[in-house]
Amino acid sequence: MIELSQIKKAFNQGQPNEYWALNGIDLTLEAGKVTAFRGPSGSGKTTLLTLVGCLSRPTSGRVRFKGQDISGLPERFLTEIRRQSFGFIFQQFNLIKGLTALENVILPGFPTGRPRAELITAAEEIFEQLKLSHRRTAKVEWLSGGEQQRVAIARALINNPEVIIADEPTANLDTALSREFMAILEGFTAEGKTVLLTSHDPLVVESDAVHRVIGMRMAVWSTTKKPCFSSQQSSPY
Amino acid sequence: MNVWLEKQRHLIDFTLASLARRKTKNLGLLLAYAVLVFVLASLALFTQALRTEASFVLAGSPEVILQRMVAGRHDLIPPGYIEKIGRIRGVQKQEGRLWGYYYDPVVNANYTFMARPADEVASGSIMVGATLARARGLAAGNVISFRSYSGKLFAFKVSAVLSPDAELLSADLVLLSEADFRAFFEYPAGHYTDIALSVANPQEVRKVAEKLSTTLPDSRPILREEVLRTYQSVFDWREGIMLTVLAGAILAFAILSWEKASGLSAEEKREIGILKAIGWETSDVIRMKMWEGLLISLTAFLLGFIAAYVHVFYFGAAVFEPVLKGWAVLYPRFALVPTVDGLQIATLFFFTIFPYTAAVLVPIWRAAITDPDSVMRA
Ligand SMILES: Nc1ncnc2c1ncn2[C@@H]1O[C@H](COP(=O)(O)OP(=O)(O)OP(=O)(O)O)[C@@H](O)[C@H]1O
Ligand SMILES: [Mg+2]
Repeated sequence: MIELSQIKKAFNQGQPNEYWALNGIDLTLEAGKVTAFRGPSGSGKTTLLTLVGCLSRPTSGRVRFKGQDISGLPERFLTEIRRQSFGFIFQQFNLIKGLTALENVILPGFPTGRPRAELITAAEEIFEQLKLSHRRTAKVEWLSGGEQQRVAIARALINNPEVIIADEPTANLDTALSREFMAILEGFTAEGKTVLLTSHDPLVVESDAVHRVIGMRMAVWSTTKKPCFSSQQSSPY
Repeated sequence: MNVWLEKQRHLIDFTLASLARRKTKNLGLLLAYAVLVFVLASLALFTQALRTEASFVLAGSPEVILQRMVAGRHDLIPPGYIEKIGRIRGVQKQEGRLWGYYYDPVVNANYTFMARPADEVASGSIMVGATLARARGLAAGNVISFRSYSGKLFAFKVSAVLSPDAELLSADLVLLSEADFRAFFEYPAGHYTDIALSVANPQEVRKVAEKLSTTLPDSRPILREEVLRTYQSVFDWREGIMLTVLAGAILAFAILSWEKASGLSAEEKREIGILKAIGWETSDVIRMKMWEGLLISLTAFLLGFIAAYVHVFYFGAAVFEPVLKGWAVLYPRFALVPTVDGLQIATLFFFTIFPYTAAVLVPIWRAAITDPDSVMRA
């Protein structure tokens, strides 16, 4: 479903502080599976997710999503794809303070022009699933970490995306909540959604919910074309 | 189209929620903004009203008014004076006018009594201005009596109330026949208050005035164009003050906008990043902020403008009284009639709403075009 070929990503290209975060990645990701990226800090996990999720463009190489080359598209189209196909759960949750849980969740629905009533119904169903209905009118800053995370998950789901991208989703959670999160992930794959996540957390990486773990190594910022990842455990594709 | 409408509704909803979140900041901004509009609109409405007023007053007045002076004071025109003027080239008509002030203790107001030819107002009847009629509860057909300065009571039948269109001029006017006027004020027979001359050709007005001065050395011709110039210079002077105030206000406003603009907090920037990451387009973000700017500026504009309207037309521009007092010397009985000029509102609107919206949008735009991946690393 997602194919990366010869992906390189440089920050501050052409300047003295030029830094190659990714250096030639080839990778194919399958639909309907949970894929986890693991690797040392700075190895480019977040960077890779932003490329896949259309939040940024590679410096060189191709990203293909469902057969379409999206690496060269103008921003407007990337936004469109991002909105329709991807749901994001950020490490810091990135909820908007001062708004209620419900208001936060329906935000990604605004640019689609779906009627508000419909969005609210959809959001309430998700809250129901995530057992958060009783907190839906609370301002997000009053919520506990686990509750905030579920709001973030609900927000990622509101546009019913095919792919869910989660960067360190359990970093702020205790063991019990992390387990709960993994259970929610299994629910996603049961619905046929694709999940991409990064994690340092063994509980996540070694969980049965994860079908494939991709280990990332530090990119070498010379131009040598070393492969920068290795598959540790993978389901056949 | 429906989708578009729904999107705008969403954006407005979000904007309202955002505004409510930063209540104190936005209320403060709204207040400062409204005060600014209030000052500007008050000045604009006031000058506009003065201008309209002046043009009204002058449109109806004759080109030359001749007053007789005795010891430097305005005195009655004695009999035979009009004949003495004789025929002057360019003067189409010359007529003696009779008018005077009457203080009505009932409503504590001064009226202007003016004599009209018998074919306009019959003896024993009067025509009254609309304001006066309202104050005394008069309608056509009513009878009203005034006690003259000599203590005699005179009863008049109101034959008509003057059209309220010209209310400004006729507000306190009482028109009556010449005979009644003379009887009421015990005005000496053959005397007049002043002489009005109409001159068709504006180029001849000065010459007419010169001739009048030589024929009647004890008289003073008052030219309409001079009155006009006096009005004009007063306006110019006032407009100078106003421009200063305006410039100051705009400067303050620029600072205010800049403050608000550069005050695009880290929090706001982060929010823009989040919105973009979850699928908002740059244009959605900008539109949302534009709604925010419009809501604030429109509300402020409305508040400020309505306050200014009330201030100028119901409270006689009380706040500016010290500056505007000079006016009262020129025209003592000044009551502003509400006049609103579309172009003026448009100008005011443009100069207050446009810079604000622009000043707010520029930094938003800069924040909105940054890559959305920044939210991934907080
Ligand atoms: N905007 C940027 N400008 C410059 N360098 C950047 C930028 N974004 C990321 N980098 C660098 O790219 C490298 C990869 O960053 P990335 O965030 O992808 O790492 P990561 O694998 O997610 O690390 P972590 O596990 O700590 O989250 C890092 O060395 C980082 O400093
Ligand atoms: Mg990271």
